[in-house]
Amino acid sequence: MVLARTVRWSAGLAALLVAVALASATLGYADVGPLAVARVVLNALAVPTVDGAGLAWRRPFGFDVAPTTRTIVRRIRLPRIALGATVGFALALAGTVMQGFFRNPMADPSIIGVSTGAAVGAVAFIVVPLSFPFGLPASAFVGALLAAFGVYLVATEGGRTPVATLLLAGIAVQAFLGAVISYLLLQAGDGLETAVFWLMGHLQHSTWWRVKLAVPVVAVLFVVLVSYARDLNVLLLGEEDAHTLGIEVERTKRVLLATSSVVTAAAVAVSGVIGFVGLIVPHMMRLVVGPDHRILLPTSALAGAVFLVATDTVARMGPAEMPVGIVTAALGAPFFLYLLRDREVHEL
Amino acid sequence: MIDVDGVAVSLGGTEVLSDVTLSVDDGQFLALVGPNGAGKTTLLGACNGLLSPDEGTVAVDGTPVSTLSAREISRRVATVPQESHLGFDFTVGELVAMGRTPHRSRFGTADETDRAAVASALQRTDTARLADRTVGELSGGQRQRVLLARALAQTTPVVLLDEPTANLDINHQVRTLALARRLAEAGKTVVAAIHDLELAGRFCDRAALLADGRLLDVGPPEAVFTAERLESAFDVRTAVATSPVTGSPAVTPLADSPPGECRVHVLGGGERAARVVGRLVDAGVEVTAGVLPDGDAALRTARSLSSEVVSAPSFRPVGADAEAAATDLLEAADATVLAAAVDGTNAALADRARPLVALPGTGPPSHATVVREPDLVDAVATRASGGQPLTRR
Repeated sequence: MVLARTVRWSAGLAALLVAVALASATLGYADVGPLAVARVVLNALAVPTVDGAGLAWRRPFGFDVAPTTRTIVRRIRLPRIALGATVGFALALAGTVMQGFFRNPMADPSIIGVSTGAAVGAVAFIVVPLSFPFGLPASAFVGALLAAFGVYLVATEGGRTPVATLLLAGIAVQAFLGAVISYLLLQAGDGLETAVFWLMGHLQHSTWWRVKLAVPVVAVLFVVLVSYARDLNVLLLGEEDAHTLGIEVERTKRVLLATSSVVTAAAVAVSGVIGFVGLIVPHMMRLVVGPDHRILLPTSALAGAVFLVATDTVARMGPAEMPVGIVTAALGAPFFLYLLRDREVHEL
Repeated sequence: MIDVDGVAVSLGGTEVLSDVTLSVDDGQFLALVGPNGAGKTTLLGACNGLLSPDEGTVAVDGTPVSTLSAREISRRVATVPQESHLGFDFTVGELVAMGRTPHRSRFGTADETDRAAVASALQRTDTARLADRTVGELSGGQRQRVLLARALAQTTPVVLLDEPTANLDINHQVRTLALARRLAEAGKTVVAAIHDLELAGRFCDRAALLADGRLLDVGPPEAVFTAERLESAFDVRTAVATSPVTGSPAVTPLADSPPGECRVHVLGGGERAARVVGRLVDAGVEVTAGVLPDGDAALRTARSLSSEVVSAPSFRPVGADAEAAATDLLEAADATVLAAAVDGTNAALADRARPLVALPGTGPPSHATVVREPDLVDAVATRASGGQPLTRR
C-alpha cells in the first residue's frame, strides 16, 4: 500500500519535474521554442546497441537544429536545470532527514554547520591565492564535512550523541564559523564580490562537470537514506521507544547524520548556500503525503528538485540575474508563514 | 522468563536501584509496586536494555540482555512506555505496524505474518476502529491502548508495561490488566509497574515491592500487601482488607494523623462497625474492639489496622477469658462506641461503659449519647477528652 502510494506520487512528481525542466529550457534571453528544446534533447539521446564490434551508442534522432540553439540548450540551460534539480533534490532530501532526526520542525540541512563549514571552505579558497583541481567545490565540500564532524565530536560523549546537544553545538559552531567568514570577507579584497555571490547561493556557472560531481554522491546516498526510512519513522517516536522496537539508536543516528551531511555538502559545494529549500519543501510534502518517511523521502526530494528548477528559472528571468537563494527565500518564507498560520506545522 | 540477579543501576551518580534480585517465570504476571521514585521504571529499563546495570545481570530466557543487540532484545521483550508524546501524525495502524520493526528486514515489505500480528493486536486492545485516525486525535487513554497494541504486535515472549493504567478510565483499567493477565495465561512473562495496589493485587500473580531502589518483598500480593510492609515502603498507614467483591487485597491509605492520644473501644460487629473502626483510626484515634466473633468484618478491619482486638469463636457463648480481656480494653479506653446492636456479654460490657456513644438503631442503654455516623468522630473525641474536640488535619 505504502509502496503503491510512493510509486504513484514519485511518478507524478517526476513527470512534473520533466515538464518544469522542459518549460525552463524554453525560457531565457534567447528565444528557444519548446519544439527546438525537444529536438535538441532527442538529438542528444543515445541508445546502447549491440553490433558486431560490441556495445555501441547509437543516436536514433537527427533533427535539424541551429548550432546556436543547440549550444544554448545543451551547454547553458540544460546543465543549469540538471544542477538545479540535483541540488534541490539533495537539499530537500537532507532537510527531511534532519527534521525527522531532530524531531524539530525548524531543522534544515545546515543545522549541524554543514553549510557554514562549506562557506568557510569556499570563501577561504576564493580569498587565499591557491589553486588545485576542482578547487572551489572541493574546498567547500571538505569545509562542510569538517564542520559537521566537529559538531558531532563536540556533541558526543561516551558513545552517545544527544540530539539536543547536537543542535546546540551546531548553533555554536555556526556562530563561530560565521565570525571566521566575516573575517575572511574583510581580507577578501578583489575576491569579495565572488565570495558574497557564492554565499548567496546560485546556479549561474553550472556546467556538466558539476552535475557529474554531485549526481553520483546524491544518488548513492539517496538509496542509503531510503533504506533507513523505516528507522526514521520509528525514531520519530523518541529514542527510548525506538530502542525497544529494535533500532540501534546511536548507530542509526550516526549513519543518518553522516549521510545527510555528505548529501548537503555535495549540494552546497556545487551551488553555494541556497536556503529554504531544505526547510519548506519537506514541510509541504509532509502536509500532502503524511509523516511516513518511506513516501516522504522520495517525494520531498523530487519536489525539492521541481521547486529549485522553478525558482532558478524565475531568478534568471529578470533583467539582471539574481542568486537563486534570494528567490527561494523570498518565495519560500511567505509560503512557509502561510502554512504556519493556516495548517498545523507545529509538530512533525 | 526474566532473571534479575543482584542488579544495581546508577543514574547521574545516584544509585537508583541497588541489589535487586528476582525472577519471573513464563506464564507469570508480576506487578512492580512502590512509591514514586522507587526504581520501578529503572528496573523495567534494565530488563529491556535501555539501561545497563552497574552491577548484576538481567537475563531473558537465560541470555544476558547486555550481550544482545537492540534488535535481538526487541524480538524477546516488548515494552509499553508510560506515555509517548511523539509521532502524532502517524495513523494508529501505522504506529501499531511499527511494532513489527524487529521482525522485518530493511528492504522487506509487510508479509502475511506481519499483517496478522497487527490485526490481532488492534483487535485485542479494542483499537481496530481507530486504525485510520491519527495518533494526535486520540485521547490519552486511547493512546495508551495503541501503545499496548504496538507492543502486542511485537509478538514477544516477554511484555513489560510501565504504568499501563495511569491514563485509563476504570473500564479500560480493568480491561487492560485483564488482557495482560490473559497474556500471562497464554504463557508470556508479563511485568507491569502499577500504582494502584488493588488492581495489582487483583490481576497479578506476584507483587514486588520496591522502595528507595531496594526490593522490600516479593511474593503473592496477599503476602506482600500488609499494613506493616506498605507503611515501610510508602510511609503512610494503610488499612488492608479483603475486597468482598474480588477477594483480593483492598488497600486503603489513611490520613496522616498524629498517633492517638485518645483511645476508644468499639463494641459490635459487622460492616458498619468496621467502618467505624476505620473512621476512628483515620482520625488518629487508637482503637480497640471486642468481643468480636471470628470472621467478622470489623474484626478483619481492626486486625489489619493492628488494633488490639478480642475475638471469640462464632455462634458460641463468650468465654470468661475473652470477657475479662474485653473488659480490660474497655476500661483502658477514654470512651466506648456502640456501633451495632449487641447481646450477651457485649450488652453487659455496653451497660458498664462510661462514657458511651452509640449509633442510631443499636438499641443503646439509657446512659448512651446517640450520634449519627458522620458526627461520630467529633462526638467521641469530645466525650473522651472531656470537652476538647480533636483537631483534625
